[in-house]
Amino acid sequence: MKAEELSSRLLGYWPELSDLCSIEKNRMLIKVRSETVHATISKLKELGFNQFEMVTAVDRGADLEIIYVLHSIPMKASVWVRTHVPRDAAEVASMADLYTGADWPEREVYDLFGIDFIDHPDMRRIMMPFDFVGAPLRKDYVDENIIPRPDYI
Amino acid sequence: MPLEPGASTVPVNEDGSAVRETVVNLGPSHPSTHGVCRVIAHLDGEIVTRAELVIGYLHRGIEKMAEHRTYLQIMPLTDRLDYVGSMYANWAYCQAVEDLAGIVVPERAEYLRIITCELQRIASHMMSVGSTGNDAGATTLFVYAFWVREQVLTLFERLCGSRLTYNYVRPGGVSFDTPDDAWIDEVRAFCKAALPRFNEIDRLFFGNVITKGRTKGVGVLSAEDAINASVTGPSLRASGVDFDLRRDEPYSLYDRFSFNVVVGENGDVFDRARCRLLECYESVRLIQLALDQMEPGRVKAEAVSRLIAPPVGETYKTLESARGTLGVFLASDGGVRPWRMKVRSPAFSNLGIVGPLCKGYTISDLIMILGSFDPVFGEVDR
Repeated sequence: MKAEELSSRLLGYWPELSDLCSIEKNRMLIKVRSETVHATISKLKELGFNQFEMVTAVDRGADLEIIYVLHSIPMKASVWVRTHVPRDAAEVASMADLYTGADWPEREVYDLFGIDFIDHPDMRRIMMPFDFVGAPLRKDYVDENIIPRPDYI
Repeated sequence: MPLEPGASTVPVNEDGSAVRETVVNLGPSHPSTHGVCRVIAHLDGEIVTRAELVIGYLHRGIEKMAEHRTYLQIMPLTDRLDYVGSMYANWAYCQAVEDLAGIVVPERAEYLRIITCELQRIASHMMSVGSTGNDAGATTLFVYAFWVREQVLTLFERLCGSRLTYNYVRPGGVSFDTPDDAWIDEVRAFCKAALPRFNEIDRLFFGNVITKGRTKGVGVLSAEDAINASVTGPSLRASGVDFDLRRDEPYSLYDRFSFNVVVGENGDVFDRARCRLLECYESVRLIQLALDQMEPGRVKAEAVSRLIAPPVGETYKTLESARGTLGVFLASDGGVRPWRMKVRSPAFSNLGIVGPLCKGYTISDLIMILGSFDPVFGEVDR
């Protein structure tokens, strides 16, 4: 389904969404504050987004951006939900109570970005060793093993 | 090896008495776990009461490494994600780069991508079906399935010089055109020769009464649970969900082909394995259709810089790999290196349900259930 069609359909059910959503390159984006992200995704799940496709974070310098991609099998469409959390108090509600498929992806973001997912059933490291210290995918993570590569042309 | 915190809690019955249980540590390097995966299985006799998967043994930090390389230097890393089906990771990454940088791919390159990726699907599914047989003790099947896989790898070797890590799909097209017209004839001959082999595997393994007894009703995953647990690809379709990205959200030129989406009924180990075999028939059909439609032309877009610097922005592109929805998220800050690359790996997402699913089955069924989701740990751990 095209993004315009999707957004007009969603706005029909949920008019308050119009302040939050935008369309970029045939992709529907919803931008919310980190406190309301659980309520937003729970509402989207009711509207037919039955699959939790992925969650990831991007280091934006001043804060960390969390991006959720939800997918709907009946509507054949995806939607992005974006939120920002501060670097030093990075926490957001867990979606594991809505989607069991959010369990491992949220553990991965916790592991590599140090973002705490509140009320997650099993918040442990998943990729790195369990005694590892640090959040490797944050830009301020320092590791002397990383050697800068020249831009070979 | 010590158990992690959380894994060592001793479960108790409702009346407070200790559960009679044995903890078996399977892996991380065990032939039946299909790679470096560790399973902590809590057993009551032979029945699994709780299974916990511990992954990360093959974590190389590919997403971090990508932030230190230019867009073209990342290409070899994508080969090493899913090393049973490298073409998909190549393509998924190139799709994302092309979307970000606005590169238009010539038609012949798109056809070559479809042909190689459908060949790759056959090779990958043969690995999976063969190892399902291996897990059940039917080692013969592995050899039969590998005959087919071997033919595909030989074709790939002729096409791009490599049998495992192809680095074939590149931003803007593919690295080489077909070596000669004989290669196309060889692909056609392979398509003809593979069909009787698939029939043979179907009769030998899936028609076998012992296989049916061993795999039917084992690891049943309902459609609702499969969707909720982010399971995609053949494992989702085996549970009866009629969804395939190639048909429902077509990328590349897949909207030009008509093909059947193979859907299972029960969502057990038997259906997951057989869905993969039946998908191979559809892949053969797609290859033949693509070969018929393919016209001569360029295989690489003109004016693709070797130092790609896409404009500021993000993208997320998905495709249907042999394991499910494979997506690549790229964020660019306008420089020659990506600010962030994230791979949404289907094997990782599918594996999350395996631990809970094994509860109540025997330890030998656990091996079958784990194998039936076709995990490739290069992609799981990244």
